[in-house]
Order: sequence, then structure tokens, then C-alpha cells
Amino acid sequence: MSYDRAITVFSPDGHLFQVEYAQEAVKKGSTAVGVRGKNMVVLGVEKKSVTKLQDDRTVRKICALDENVFLAFAGLTADARVVVNRARVECQSHRLTVEDPVTVEYITRFISNIKQRYTQSNGRRPFGISSLIVGFDFDGTPKLYQTEPSGTYHAWKANAIGRSAKTVREFLEKSYKEEDMESDTNVIKLAVRALLEVVQSGGKNIELAIMKRDEPMKILDQQEIEEYVTTIENEKEEAEKKKKKT
Amino acid sequence: MEYLIGIQGKDFVIVAADNVAASSIIQMKQDQDKMFKLSDKILLLCVGEAGDTVQFAEYIQKNIQLYKMRNGYELSPTAAANFTRKNLADYLRSRTPYHVNLLLAGYDAVDGPGLYFMDYLSALAKAPFAAHGYGAYLTLSIMDRYYRPDLTRDEAVELLRKCIEELNKRLIINLPSFTVRLIDKDGIHDLEKLVPVGAK
Repeated sequence: MSYDRAITVFSPDGHLFQVEYAQEAVKKGSTAVGVRGKNMVVLGVEKKSVTKLQDDRTVRKICALDENVFLAFAGLTADARVVVNRARVECQSHRLTVEDPVTVEYITRFISNIKQRYTQSNGRRPFGISSLIVGFDFDGTPKLYQTEPSGTYHAWKANAIGRSAKTVREFLEKSYKEEDMESDTNVIKLAVRALLEVVQSGGKNIELAIMKRDEPMKILDQQEIEEYVTTIENEKEEAEKKKKKT
Repeated sequence: MEYLIGIQGKDFVIVAADNVAASSIIQMKQDQDKMFKLSDKILLLCVGEAGDTVQFAEYIQKNIQLYKMRNGYELSPTAAANFTRKNLADYLRSRTPYHVNLLLAGYDAVDGPGLYFMDYLSALAKAPFAAHGYGAYLTLSIMDRYYRPDLTRDEAVELLRKCIEELNKRLIINLPSFTVRLIDKDGIHDLEKLVPVGAK
């Protein structure tokens, strides 16, 4: 008997197949990377090569949820739109009832709860997205969380989701240095370097959003990204030259 | 007993509200702020039934913010005023109407400054100057006499002061102080609190 039909059924060996298939859908989505620095948080996404006739601005994979939180996702864009909309309403609702902005953990938990509900409902399929949620709580601490279609969430120092997430995560594990995270430039550079591992054509296919404590989210324009890419490539060359000398 | 006033200049809007929060015959609070910041360039002044005012104003405020989050840009003052009016009108025709009188003041990059008068029956009117409360009966005629569309900021403050002095002179109820704010292309600015001469 096939156990992947209805979402509400466990398989004999304890799997929820629909949730696992949703995770497969996520693995097909374009890569997203998140890095948590000391004073800055960064989200970067791989932009699929935009066709000539398409308007670049309508392909936005990084969404602001509120003034202090924003999110990037990997997977089904339409599913993300629904989740992001609900989260945005919840952010304002929270402000209305409690007179405080949401903490990053609160909104992550809210999104995860929605996702979990859809793994236990009749006739509905899970959301096919994983998301990286970053921001600053009102006490100033930076946060980075990842949610999955199953409804679980974890806090991370740096993470990647989507296509080639494993490669990027391994790169991050190698290159993440706690001391480096004090400098905002290093935080941005780490995110860009991580994305360059998997993005084919360099700066053109990267979209980057940064947030400094107490400042609104800023989406870097193409020129700024190119500058970082050039700096990184120069540093790589320097490193190569040094290696050859020794 | 509560009083709101708004005056539109060439490239700014100036608004003032009294600071008294009363419960029957007792002044509970003399530093109540009756203005709600809807966005960087829009203020909502709200008086009326106790509780209804804050509930309605905060609801509108958060919905305006939600629009900004969803769409990436802020609602214009005209759109915000019409949105508020629609909400008020819908609630009026329900079992739970809000009894609030509003002034909405804002600055639009394209259309310039704007002042909107709205009452509890959800009537909306764009006006160069407007006021709510018993004080309006006394001060509308003062503004009729002295208002000019090309008022400078200082002249507008002077006109405001004339109005408030009149309130102090003729209103049976003492309104000791008024919060004053100005909206222009650079956003919302706090001006000095106006205290009528001879007020306790």
C-alpha cells in the first residue's frame, strides 16, 4: 500500500512522505544563504538568469516582514507568498496587541506553526518552502533562523537552503570565523563568497539584502555587489600567489 | 470638550490637539497625545468616545503599516484618508460603530500637503483648515477671517495661537495646553507646546 497519498498518514517506518517530498521540492529551489554577524545580518539569494523580456524587479526572493525582520526562501514561490503575507499580518497584529515589534524567534515560531498545521490537516499539502529569517530583536541581538516544510525551526550562525545547500553549508563551516563577524564587510563578504561557490555567472546572479542594527533592510544594488565580488576575486588571487611563493 | 485643529499652508500642514484626557468631570491626564503617526508623513488626530479613539486609530495605523510591508511603499495621504473613511463607514453600519471624530494631515511628494476632515458619520472632506469639538464653533470664524493659502510656518503658528487664545477666553472648559506638530516634505516635526496666556 502506498503511504505517500494522504499527508495525514504515517508510513510503517515512521515517515511522513509528503513532508519529505516537500523537502525535495525545496532542494530544487535556487540557493539562499544567511549569515549572522555581530552588528549586521545578511541574506543572499541566487537569482535565476532573468530572460530578456522579463522585468527584473518582479522577481523578489527576499521579503521584509517588518522593520526589524526579513526573510528569504527556497522552493515554491507561490507557497512563499502565502506564508509571507500571513507573517506580515501577524507582525502588525503583534504590534497592535502588545505594542512591541515581534522578536525574530516569535515570527519564526509563528511561521513554523503554520507549516506544521499543514502537515496534519486533511486534504492539504505542506508548504514547499524552507526559509531563512533574519533580523534584530528589540534588545539589539541579531538572529538567524531556518524553517522547514515539516514545521521545525533552528537558530543558526550561518546557513544555506535550496540547491547545493550542502556544498554551501560545508563552505560556511570551513570559513566562518567568530572574530570576523565583528566587521560588517566581512559578514557581507562571507555571504557573497558562499553564493559564488554555486552561482555560475558571478555578481549578476546574486541578490543581497543587509540589515544593520536599528536600521531598515537595504537591498544592495548591482554595482555594490560587483564591488564585493571584485574584492573577493582579488583576495583569492592574492591567496593563490602567496601559496605559490611558499 | 476635546479640541482638534488643522491648518494647511503652501508646503506644510500644521495640526494641534488639546492634551486633556477626562473622565466625566475629572481631568485624568493633562499630557495626553491625541495624534497617531500613520506613516512618515501622515498624522491622524482622533477624539471622541473613550476607548473607541485609540482602538480605531491604532487599527488604522497598523493596517497602513501592513500596506507598506506588503507593497514596499507607503500609502498616500489621500489613499489613507479614503481607507480610514471606508473602515469607519463599514463599522458604522454594523452592530459596533466607532464614535470618533478625526483629522488626517499628510504630505504627498506629488500632491503636496493635505488636510482631511472626518466625523463619526464617516463624512470625508478635504479642507484648507478644519477643527473638531466645541472649540470649532469659536475658531472656524477666526480662520475664515485670517487664513490665507500662502501662510508661512510662523504665520500659521500665529493663527493657531489666536485660535487657542480665543478658546481660553470663551470656552467654559479650561484646556491648559496643546500639542502642536507640523508635516512637510521632511516628515513630521514636533513644535513647542502651546499654552494659552492666562491658563492655569
